[in-house]
Parts: sequence; structure tokens; C-alpha cells
Amino acid sequence: MLLRRVIPCLDVADGRVVKGVRFVDLTDEGDPPELAARYAAEGADEICFLDITAAPEGRGTILDVVERTARRVFVPITVGGGVRTPAEMRDVLRAGADKVAVNTAAVRDPELLKRCATRFGRQCVVISIDARSDPARPGAWEVVVQGGRTPTGLDAVAWAQRASRMGAGEVLLTSIDRDGTQSGFDLELLRAVVAAVDVPVVASGGAGTPEDMVAALAEGNADAVLAASIFHRGIHSIASVKAAIAAAGVPVRIVDGAA
Amino acid sequence: MAEARPVRLAVVDYGAGNLVSIRNALTLIGAETVVARGAAGLVGADAIVVPGVGASAPAMNRLRRQGLVEPIWAAVAAGTWYVGICLGLQLLFERSDEDGARMLGLLRGSVSRIPDAPRLPHIGWNQLELVKPRHPVVAGIADGSPAYFVHSYVPVPEDPDVVVARTEHGGTFASLVAHDRLIGFQFHPERSGRDGLRLLSDTVGLIAAGPPGVSASVAGHTADARV
Repeated sequence: MLLRRVIPCLDVADGRVVKGVRFVDLTDEGDPPELAARYAAEGADEICFLDITAAPEGRGTILDVVERTARRVFVPITVGGGVRTPAEMRDVLRAGADKVAVNTAAVRDPELLKRCATRFGRQCVVISIDARSDPARPGAWEVVVQGGRTPTGLDAVAWAQRASRMGAGEVLLTSIDRDGTQSGFDLELLRAVVAAVDVPVVASGGAGTPEDMVAALAEGNADAVLAASIFHRGIHSIASVKAAIAAAGVPVRIVDGAA
Repeated sequence: MAEARPVRLAVVDYGAGNLVSIRNALTLIGAETVVARGAAGLVGADAIVVPGVGASAPAMNRLRRQGLVEPIWAAVAAGTWYVGICLGLQLLFERSDEDGARMLGLLRGSVSRIPDAPRLPHIGWNQLELVKPRHPVVAGIADGSPAYFVHSYVPVPEDPDVVVARTEHGGTFASLVAHDRLIGFQFHPERSGRDGLRLLSDTVGLIAAGPPGVSASVAGHTADARV
């Protein structure tokens, strides 16, 4: 039986983790590979790096981060942020990433998904979608890009469907309304996208408690849940979230001896 | 026991996915890896490791273009181990329903889409049901251990006896096969955490122990596949 995944997300800028993290005994608490290794040991099913490096000259640093992480972390690594071309995707994959998420570039040029899928296989192409409630259309969601700042007029559910048909093998769906609020995932959005696509959907945006994670999986039908601050702030560990998921009867990978 | 030299593994680079993770994992467990882009790279290897993701036909074309198909047959016939991961496992079989590719044909059977799968690709952690729990490759892991999968197609062996573990995703499929010196993982042991590293380390241990002569039956398959 396919197990549901719990994925910690690390925001990386200029090769360093930028959000607050809880591991106090680290030699270097801002070093992404060190943190990724900690999360993997705790039972993370996958590690997600989101490259939020602002300056173009800092872009190459994510490759070094991925390379160093892949040497010591033996769970899948997904990288998102700033990838615009198949050549850039190739570089990230060669550094040791398993999947690459594209967002703004795919909205501008949906054919990018097809080109990447043809070249690398759809299993490593993730369409990252930032969606927010559309004030003009109650019960519908609009795609926003550039870190949630720019509206596109695209319907999020229709875009998820189109992107998966173009070649994306997975959807990383972030509710911009909920992101950072810790008020729970947008289950309606999640259900609508899961029903519209036949590829796995990762829920993101709004995780505040283990119960939120359980709801995204059990009620939202997500294949995986992704979260940042709930783990970084040390309120909940990966292991405790997974224990709650298992207790709710949702199949999940339990790692023996995880803290 | 005498100090053994490290097992030498030729990891085949034929442009079907990167080799970083598998080399990192094999290095961690103490094996020596070399990257093989052509026949010369296979010389002196205890095992040929064929990783890879994607479709069979382009992969076979690249193996042919790099002049690797016949050297792989010859090496296997001479007793070299073959360790296939994901696409590398699928290439062991005769043909693919995905694109009609004719493959290495070292094992009888085909490759087809996972039957009755709720969602494809099959991405994520799924469980290994050990059909042969005493097989040396899986002896170190528990029945039901999770492994990381990323694929849509699966092997359909003609001989059920080659199946060491199976996995359910809608339909049930062979997720780990072994026959003589051929070993294939449909999942990614190099991405399957502690259990995955254990599988790789027990595989390398098996190769190091090198149980005797099995090349004759493998050679038989090879000869048939060439027709």
C-alpha cells in the first residue's frame, strides 16, 4: 500500500537556510545539508529545498547545497525556485536532486513542462502551483506567481490539470491564503485539485498542528504534506506528526528509533 | 577471514538519469565505483550497476549507441553480476509494452504499466512484501519494509520464481527480482533510507561472497535473446 509522505521544506538563500530552525546542538545551524540530514534521521520521507536566492549571482549556490546533501541524505530530494529551462533542471538533477519543481516559468511557457518531461521523465518534473481564493469567483482559486505577488487570471484547478497533462508528474499545491498562518490546509482547494488530476498531489500552506496534516491526508486526499515552520520552530517533530498520522489510521512510514 | 578487497562496481552512465545518488550510496557502504560509458568501463568489475529512469526504447538505443549491449551480455555470461535499479531492472527483460522496445532479454518476461493503479506515476514510499524472506539480498530487512518508488511500468516475469519481493499499488507487481547473478530493484534503494542502504550493503556482500558458477543458464538466456 502506498504510504503518505511528510516533507519538511527548507527555504534556502545564498546557500543558507533562512528561516528559524530548532536544532540547537548543530555545529552550523544554517547549513542546509546538516538540517536535511537531521530531518531524514527523524523520518522525513523527502526533503524539499526552496531556493529563494534573490540575486542572480547567488543562484549557483543551490547546486552546491544539493550536492553536499545528496552525499549524506538517502531519501528523495526535491528542489524548487528559479528553474526556468531544461538546462537548469539538468544541472539541479546532476547535483543529486530527484525532482525539480517549476512554477512561474511553466505558467509563462507551459511547453517547458513537456520539454523537461521528454528529456528527464515526468517523474522528476513537479508543477508547483501557488493558489489563492478568487474574489471574483466564489469557490474558485486563481494561480499567482513570483512568490505569490502576481495574479495570472488562471484557474488553479484547470492549470493543475493542464500542467499534469503537459508532463508534470506531481503537483505541489500551496494555498497562499493559508501559507504562514498555521490555520490548517485549504481542504476545499486540495480536494478540487486531487479530483482533477491523476498524478500525486502534495499539500502545502497552513500546517499548524499534526491534526492539520491528518486532515490534509484523510479529508483532503493529498498524497503528501509539506510544511516548514511547524517543524523548524520545534513545536512538532517529524516523528510526532507521523505518529499522529498513523494513529488516525492513515498509512505512513514509521522510522524506528526516530526522535 | 582474509581482508577482502573492496567490491568493484561499474555504474553504467548511458544518459538515463543521474548517477549521483547511487554512487554516493555505494561509496557510503564501502564499495568502489567506476563510471562506465563504454565497454572498456566494464572490464574488471565484479558487478555492472545499471540505474536509470524513463522509457525503455531510448534507453536501449543509448546502450546500443555506446556499444554496451554485447559487452553486458558477455560480462554476465562470464559471471559478472548485474544490479539493475528501476529502469535498469526493467531492461533485464525481453520487451516493453510501453514502446515495444526489445531489451536485454536476460530474464524472460516483459514490462508493462501497473495494472489498476489509482494514480500514476507511482511516486512515494510503498511496502515490500517479502516473497522470499531468506534471500540474502532481503535477509536484513523486515517484511513490509518501506521503499521509495518512482515509476509507472513494472516487470512481469514469466518465471514467478525470480520474484523476491512484491508490492501493491492497485495491482500487485514484482518489486525485487533475483536470478543467478542478476538482481533488480524496481524501487530506489539509494533513496530508501536506512532499509535501502541495508539492501545495497547486503547486495554488495553477496557479490563479495561470489557464490559459484551460474553463468551457463544466464548465457542460455542471452543466446536466445540475440535471435
